[in-house]
Amino acid sequence: MKHLLGIDSLSRADAERILERAESFAEVGRRDIKKVPTLRGRTIVNLFYESSTRTLSSFEIAAKRLSADVVSIKSAGSSVDKGESLKDTVATLTAYDPAAIVIRSPHAGAAALVAGWTDASVVNAGDGKHEHPSQALLDVYTLRARLGSLEGLKIWIVGDVLHSRVARSCLHAFGLMGAEVTLCGPPTLVPPELGAATGCAIAYDLDGLESADVIYALRMQRERMGESFVPSLREYVTRYQIDSRRLGPRQLLMHPGPVNRGIELSPEVIDSSQSLITTQVESGLVVRMAILYELLAGSERARPDRGPAPAEPPRIGQPA
Amino acid sequence: MSAALASRAAEPADLVIRGARLLDPRQELDAVRNLIVRGGEIAELAEPGAGTEPEGAEVVEGEGMLVVPAFVDPHVHLRVPGQEHKEDLETGTRAAAAGGYCAVVAMANTSPPVDSASILGSLRELAEQEAAVPTGFLATVTRGIGGEELTEMAELRDAGALGFSDDGLPIASARVLRRALQYQRLADGVIALHEEDPELSGDGVMHEGEVSAVLGLAGIPAASEATTIARDCALAREEGARVHVQHLSARASVEAIAAAKAAGTSVTCEATPHHLVLTDEAVRSLDARFKMNPPLRTEDDRAALLEGLRDGTIDCVATDHAPHAIEEKEVPFEEAAMGVTGLETAFAVLHTDLVLAGTLPLELVLERLTAGGEPFGIPAPRLEPGAAANLTLIDPAQEWTVGEDGYESRSENSCFAGRNLTGRVLLTVAGGAVAYRQRSFALGVAE
Repeated sequence: MKHLLGIDSLSRADAERILERAESFAEVGRRDIKKVPTLRGRTIVNLFYESSTRTLSSFEIAAKRLSADVVSIKSAGSSVDKGESLKDTVATLTAYDPAAIVIRSPHAGAAALVAGWTDASVVNAGDGKHEHPSQALLDVYTLRARLGSLEGLKIWIVGDVLHSRVARSCLHAFGLMGAEVTLCGPPTLVPPELGAATGCAIAYDLDGLESADVIYALRMQRERMGESFVPSLREYVTRYQIDSRRLGPRQLLMHPGPVNRGIELSPEVIDSSQSLITTQVESGLVVRMAILYELLAGSERARPDRGPAPAEPPRIGQPA
Repeated sequence: MSAALASRAAEPADLVIRGARLLDPRQELDAVRNLIVRGGEIAELAEPGAGTEPEGAEVVEGEGMLVVPAFVDPHVHLRVPGQEHKEDLETGTRAAAAGGYCAVVAMANTSPPVDSASILGSLRELAEQEAAVPTGFLATVTRGIGGEELTEMAELRDAGALGFSDDGLPIASARVLRRALQYQRLADGVIALHEEDPELSGDGVMHEGEVSAVLGLAGIPAASEATTIARDCALAREEGARVHVQHLSARASVEAIAAAKAAGTSVTCEATPHHLVLTDEAVRSLDARFKMNPPLRTEDDRAALLEGLRDGTIDCVATDHAPHAIEEKEVPFEEAAMGVTGLETAFAVLHTDLVLAGTLPLELVLERLTAGGEPFGIPAPRLEPGAAANLTLIDPAQEWTVGEDGYESRSENSCFAGRNLTGRVLLTVAGGAVAYRQRSFALGVAE
């Protein structure tokens, strides 16, 4: 693989290879010295046109654990604010011969454009409301670590699907790994065409949520109220908040963060034993290491058919 | 072609096209003839081998070629004044001639917009220096395309405005449009309408549907166009006004026009080649060359446009030729400028994708390509003795790749770039003068 631009264009073999590599990095992470020399002498540029704490820091630490030199450029204070075009910025950065450019942009397709303008590998760290592939891979990794497999799993993605790149990547990733996905939220925020285009089920209320193995809640942004997507936060909370009453004892809970406590999730479920939210952050690091490894060092060494497949542990909701 | 059109002075053509197939569906003409142009007028449609060829006339051996009335485009953006880095009158009209057009109607959303007689006057003077084909200019309906105050429509008409349009933007206020339609009784001149409800379009950048849902792009619903068409046709009918609806893109829009026509509204409308052959599937690539307003819609919408073109609900083909500089398109889709060029590819695209594919007869496509002036009072060109020569010579079998030899237009934002097309314009005669010769195509001289 040269670039990671989206899950839509990813094969299951590609995904499996990255996930297996992430498992081996998890082992490294348990050592005292957490750094490996794989990318020593290579430069990784993080080009972030949107503010981000967790994704940027996760990519930075991942690159450093692989011994790469890292430069992070944020939109504020850079030439971007002086009106330089994305193409010119990429040309400038490419002059430093980076091994990879990790880009976050408010615009769909930005990463794919960059891939056409540079020799470096490009990682899409979020392009508009389109895709956020590293998030989806870390979510799959998190679920596999807990359940062994996603095959046949029922996953409900609940909330503002319309404005969520996480949802768009996750629905592809979960589907790719054999799960059945339901998109749930207010009709104004869950486009039925997305269900038609992807084969996901659509639900406008939480009836049937009890059948889910995993509930994946999305961040509900306050500005959506002003845009008449939902009448009030109160009504949203009443209809869609995942609380201890709605979260069944055998269900797992995920959220891409940052969480609006008391809006999409009630405080008690965030801290419950079923919540995988902090595990997701931990997974982010090893999965992003695996992504960088795959793109920059994986061409010869990582083979999809390498080693036996891990045995499948029993799933939640399945009699042992 | 008409006093309302302006173009640079050019020598009237003496031209003979021997043995080509002359096709003019309006006159039910379909025959192999010697076409003789003398002093810029069609002199004879003689039997093969017959006719009086003017001495020294240029001669084309036209066997296997097609001669048709030249096309008229009711909707182009020539970008003058103010945006000459995208296009100017010379490059834009040269592109028109290269596409087989003998006349074009230029939109008024320039910078500054054509909203005063002085701007219009200087533009027409410039066209008399630069325009390769006769060019008509619309003036805006509202000052500065602000959507609020009417322009001095009567004075603009006296200064040569072919009609009026705020194209690029809708006239959002029904009240303002109604006043303009009432004022048409004094000023005359058809009002051409870009139909869109800004409230519904919002910050949409493509058709709202499955593709936009997957890409996470804000969509422009089909209802944005169709509801506004219904509103404006109702107003036009009530005021007894004449309107021309621009660039239809959706099934519901075709239905709204059909209903308005059935109710007796004085309305005409147009559709573009790109809406007739492409759908929003093309946008999956996130290539900004497929970004335009109205957006490419679904296969069902496309089918409705084709049916509308066939049954006459849609009166004519318009290119909505909208040149943009490279740097305005080499950006993420959401940031890119709306619009695509179209003059140089219109015929070949429709010929390849609709005629050769068996979807529409060539005669029908030619009728719709030549009818673009009619909403503005410019009759369609005809192949008949005594008429000014407005004709296009086409090699219907020649294959070519869009963009491989560059473009006559200053801009390259064609949504058909790289496409292999069949059918090429070799020669265009506009207003009695030769306006274009394809580079590889040589002429002889009569002895």
